[in-house]
Amino acid sequence: MSAQPFFELWVYLAATPLAGLTLTLVAYAVAWRCYVRSGMHPAANPVLISVGLIVAVLWASGTRYQTYFDGAQFVHFLLGPAVVGLAVPLAREWGSVRKLALPIAGALVVGSVVALVTTVGLARALGATPATLLSLAPKSVTAPIAMGIAQRIGGVPALAAVFAVTTGVIGAALGKYVLDACRVRDWRARGFALGMAAHGIGTARAFQVNVEAGTYASLAFALHGFIAAVLFPLGYALLVRSA
Amino acid sequence: MSEFLTGFTWLLVFQCAGEVLVRLAGLPIPGPVAGMALLFAALLLRRQAPDAMKVAAGGLGQHLSLLFVPAGVGVMMYVAQVTDEWLPILAALVVSTVLAIAATALTFAWLARRQRRAQTHGPQ
Repeated sequence: MSAQPFFELWVYLAATPLAGLTLTLVAYAVAWRCYVRSGMHPAANPVLISVGLIVAVLWASGTRYQTYFDGAQFVHFLLGPAVVGLAVPLAREWGSVRKLALPIAGALVVGSVVALVTTVGLARALGATPATLLSLAPKSVTAPIAMGIAQRIGGVPALAAVFAVTTGVIGAALGKYVLDACRVRDWRARGFALGMAAHGIGTARAFQVNVEAGTYASLAFALHGFIAAVLFPLGYALLVRSA
Repeated sequence: MSEFLTGFTWLLVFQCAGEVLVRLAGLPIPGPVAGMALLFAALLLRRQAPDAMKVAAGGLGQHLSLLFVPAGVGVMMYVAQVTDEWLPILAALVVSTVLAIAATALTFAWLARRQRRAQTHGPQ
């Protein structure tokens, strides 16, 4: 039997969106199993494992990212409605959020300023190029919003998405240790910090640990996304005009 | 129609409304964020989210990590740029994320404690 039919089958499969979509879901299913098997250890982050598996498969098969994304875009597209859906926990918690307006507003301002200033400051001091710098700036904001911001301020949207996802994975993996070291035991504060610095991936992690932490994480995630989307382009426009 | 489908349809309707609003008014924010703001305003007026909306938003929320995977795989397109500038990128990502988590959590916990103390002792 010759290898020809298999080759033709592969060419056919690789050219349809089916392959990219299936690969994404299968990789995630495998990654999720590893995560659960590890007792949900923060280092066994499902996004990290999925991305590693998919990149390995694409590399080994010589498939281009664009071909993969033709299929994976159906999953990526759902980020839009997921962002819209953040209004639901926000509206549900509005009563308790109003009572905690001061801690929430204070943590929101401090967290977003620290995330932005340390990112830009460190990257600049260590010699990042302007394209990298502008793509790094919105890294703590969720990927779809970070892409929109990067586009408006002159970064590379796809690179901003990569940085945002990496930030989410780092935050979800290290968050527990940082929060333990800071001796913060309040679940609301712990969750809020994860959603603030590590957006959706930190929020997913917070929900897996504690429901109250998850709720406050989604709150921080939504608020940070919203104020960053409004303030980043405005701030950048002011900066450019004054320079 | 199933609850998930009804809720999902509403999310898309609000996303579309957000996109239209952003384009027409020339707002500097992404469409889904405007959609989130519109939905939030609608939910506050209604006081309670319909069950269908909770099911759809909760369903997407549960698998939030999955939705970030396709964007993350994009790292393979930037291997050269990322390896060239690995030090500033890695330092900015790790150090800034750790500091942002610590600063946010400490600020939140400190202000919440202060507020609780002010409430129990009263401002007499």
